[in-house]
Amino acid sequence: MEVGQMQSRLADYTKSLFMEGILDAQFLQLQQLQDESNPDFVVEVVSLFFDDSEKLLNDIARALDQQCVDFKKIDAHVHQLKGSSSSVGAQRVKNACVAFRNFCEEQNAEESRRCLQQVKQEYYLVKNKLETLFTLEQQIVAAGGSVPMIELSF
Amino acid sequence: MMESCNCIEPQWPADELLMKYQYISDFFIALAYFSIPLELIYFVKKSAVFPYRWVLVQFGAFIVLCGATHLINLWTFTTHSRTVAIVMTAAKVLTAVVSCATALMLVHIIPDLLSVKTREVFLKNKAAELDREMGLIRTQEETGRHVRMLTHEIRSTLDRHTILKTTLVELGRTLALEECALWMPTRTGLELQLSYTLRQQNPVGHSVPIHLPVINQVFSSNRAVKISPNCPVARLRPLAGKHMPGEVVAVRVPLLHLSNFQINDWPELSTKRYALMVLMLPSDSARQWHVHELELVEVVADQVAVALSHAAILEESMRARDLLMEQNVALDLARREAETAIRARNDFLAVMNHEMRTPMHAIIALSSLLQETELTPEQRLMVETILKSSNLLATLINDVLDLSRLEDGSLQLDIGTFNLHSVFKEVLNLIKPVASVKKLLVTLTLAQDLPVYAVGDEKRLMQTILNVVGNAVKFSKEGSISITAFVAKSESLRDSRAQDFFLVPSDNHFYLRVQVKDTGSGISPQDIPKLFTKFSQTQSQATTNSGGSGLGLAICKRFVNLMEGHIWLESEGLGKGCIATFIVKLGIPEQSNESKLPFVPKVPANHGQTNFLGLKVLVMDDNGVSRTVTKGLLMHLGCDVTSVSSSEECLRAVSHEHQVVFVDVCAPGIDGYELAVGIREKFSKRHEKPLIVALAGNTDKVTKENCMRVGINGVILKPVSVDKMRSILSELLEHRVLYEAI
Repeated sequence: MEVGQMQSRLADYTKSLFMEGILDAQFLQLQQLQDESNPDFVVEVVSLFFDDSEKLLNDIARALDQQCVDFKKIDAHVHQLKGSSSSVGAQRVKNACVAFRNFCEEQNAEESRRCLQQVKQEYYLVKNKLETLFTLEQQIVAAGGSVPMIELSF
Repeated sequence: MMESCNCIEPQWPADELLMKYQYISDFFIALAYFSIPLELIYFVKKSAVFPYRWVLVQFGAFIVLCGATHLINLWTFTTHSRTVAIVMTAAKVLTAVVSCATALMLVHIIPDLLSVKTREVFLKNKAAELDREMGLIRTQEETGRHVRMLTHEIRSTLDRHTILKTTLVELGRTLALEECALWMPTRTGLELQLSYTLRQQNPVGHSVPIHLPVINQVFSSNRAVKISPNCPVARLRPLAGKHMPGEVVAVRVPLLHLSNFQINDWPELSTKRYALMVLMLPSDSARQWHVHELELVEVVADQVAVALSHAAILEESMRARDLLMEQNVALDLARREAETAIRARNDFLAVMNHEMRTPMHAIIALSSLLQETELTPEQRLMVETILKSSNLLATLINDVLDLSRLEDGSLQLDIGTFNLHSVFKEVLNLIKPVASVKKLLVTLTLAQDLPVYAVGDEKRLMQTILNVVGNAVKFSKEGSISITAFVAKSESLRDSRAQDFFLVPSDNHFYLRVQVKDTGSGISPQDIPKLFTKFSQTQSQATTNSGGSGLGLAICKRFVNLMEGHIWLESEGLGKGCIATFIVKLGIPEQSNESKLPFVPKVPANHGQTNFLGLKVLVMDDNGVSRTVTKGLLMHLGCDVTSVSSSEECLRAVSHEHQVVFVDVCAPGIDGYELAVGIREKFSKRHEKPLIVALAGNTDKVTKENCMRVGINGVILKPVSVDKMRSILSELLEHRVLYEAI
């Protein structure tokens, strides 16, 4: 496929992610921080996010499975997850975390578990999408093109 | 006895009478004989040339001796002595000898003498012949001289009449003609008209039909032809004399036309137009046409033809020049009129511009003010309508004025160096409000190789982009608008509709290609060609109250053309959205220019201090991801960043070198405020204390108060954008405090 076509496909894909609310403007900020001195910044941060999130989700799941649910600890984890996801711009994950935190405050285990599922779902969705995004970018770079800079306005 | 005397007796007795006669004859003979040599000597002496002196002497001697003999004979008639007889005999003998010698000599001489005579006759003949030839040559030379003079006369003028008149005059003079006439063919070509004569002052329009046999005979040959004096062309004067009229000769004069002169060929005598020149010798002169005279006439006729053609060419060119001058004058006048008209129009527009805009401004301004006041719903509606209509009118006025200036080419681009990226951002900012109201998502994609700075007309480029994007927004009820901008290469045009547009690559120019894709109402294929014509709106446009005069795209097209570009629209049909693309040529600014402009990093919008190079900062955040992001952000801004994930680490790591410390205060496990206190206590000296900035999840009053209480210099809401960080840092470093609402 021609570089131009790949680039426009990437642009459309990215656009769709924003339109669906999977990513927000913070992701663009990350992209802006990527330059010649830091060429893989986004990938690094996102990978870090994936690792962090996996760990957190596991911790949360384990905590919820306990007999005595430690909502404070869960809240801390969710807070972490919220922070991470907002740092990378995973909007829906962040929103899910916010909802989760409310239930943690209420100490509602049932809802919390549901929220966890929600969060997990969103997380895997964004993970999938981001991985596809990176693959597209790699393809463009491999074909000798450059990844276009995207600006949004809402 | 008779004594014996030595006398000699004559033979017979002398008869007295006879003796007397003999005596007298002998005497005269002797006389004649003696006088002849005398005469000879006398005449020979007189003449210079006489080759035969020896012969003369001989002959003289012979004559003398003969004379002597006859003289002595006188004494022998009577009785004479012996001495006389002896003398007589001696004389006779001598005479005999000499005469024989002479006779023998004459045999040799006489043929010579005769041949001298013949040679003399021969030479005389030769001399006569040479004389004749000399006469001929002289005549010919004179003829040549006449011809040269004639030619000179003829060719020294370019006026037709002069040429012909001169010809006749000179010919008449040279050849001593009685009459000389020129017959020219009429326009119809069917008759010959008497145009010029030598003697008669005003030739009446005497004409003869052209197809007379005698005329055909003359026209068919290029020699001078003798014709009868009685033929119609020769009967010019009433026959004055009763005697023979002089011989008449006629010759054709080809009338060459401009078209006969091919570029590389000699003129072809394909013309059928000849004039007839008739020459008459004086009557009663018995003169005849000599060959050399005829030749002269032929030569002259040719020269006349050439001279006439030159005159014709000159006439043509003079006419053409006059015509051109007339046209020139007319064009000049027209141009001046046009200029006056344009000036008048421009003046009118300028005046109307001002006159129309002023009231418009008043209306718009006052209506806006009115809108701010207390109004009933009906009044509000009315005011809004007024405002909308007047805005529309203002736009229309602007468009019309702009377009009229564009039309007559008086619009010129304001070329300057500008920030291309910021133009797009500006457009985005302008379109944001409208788009958000319509809930349209607008995305802008700028290619990485798009230069930040470009040379061109910034205002008009923005106008064009705004117009196109505005149209996209206008005609989309929902969905998204995507704007992409990149540098166009020739390959990228192959798949588009601009096949007839060619990119001329150059070192200091590049082609900007902007594509605006919308998901709006689309355009039907048959309307696409009409889009760029003025004032045209498609049916679907006109029905929906979309506003706009229909001038926008026409103006865009003019601007794009001025920028040596191309603009076109594609749409799959109604309801299927539309893609507007344009390419314009922009200049690449020289490197030196860039250094003059302020340094703008990849992300524009620079406020205040932008260079934080080497600024040592410390970031404390327990969340790995956000720590990495913040660190990356600060590194992007050029800071020297150290990051820690706990308070203890932070307190350990902080030093007087760190100017700013970022502390996460919303992490549940860490008390950011205590940390801040700890940091401040670490440094006793005031100037060593670093600025502390709290990264918080919210910026409500409580948080702010808590921060201020512990001596935190500023609060930022997470997540931070690059712009925000930059402005915060610059604000902080300038004022050492930052507590504005974020």
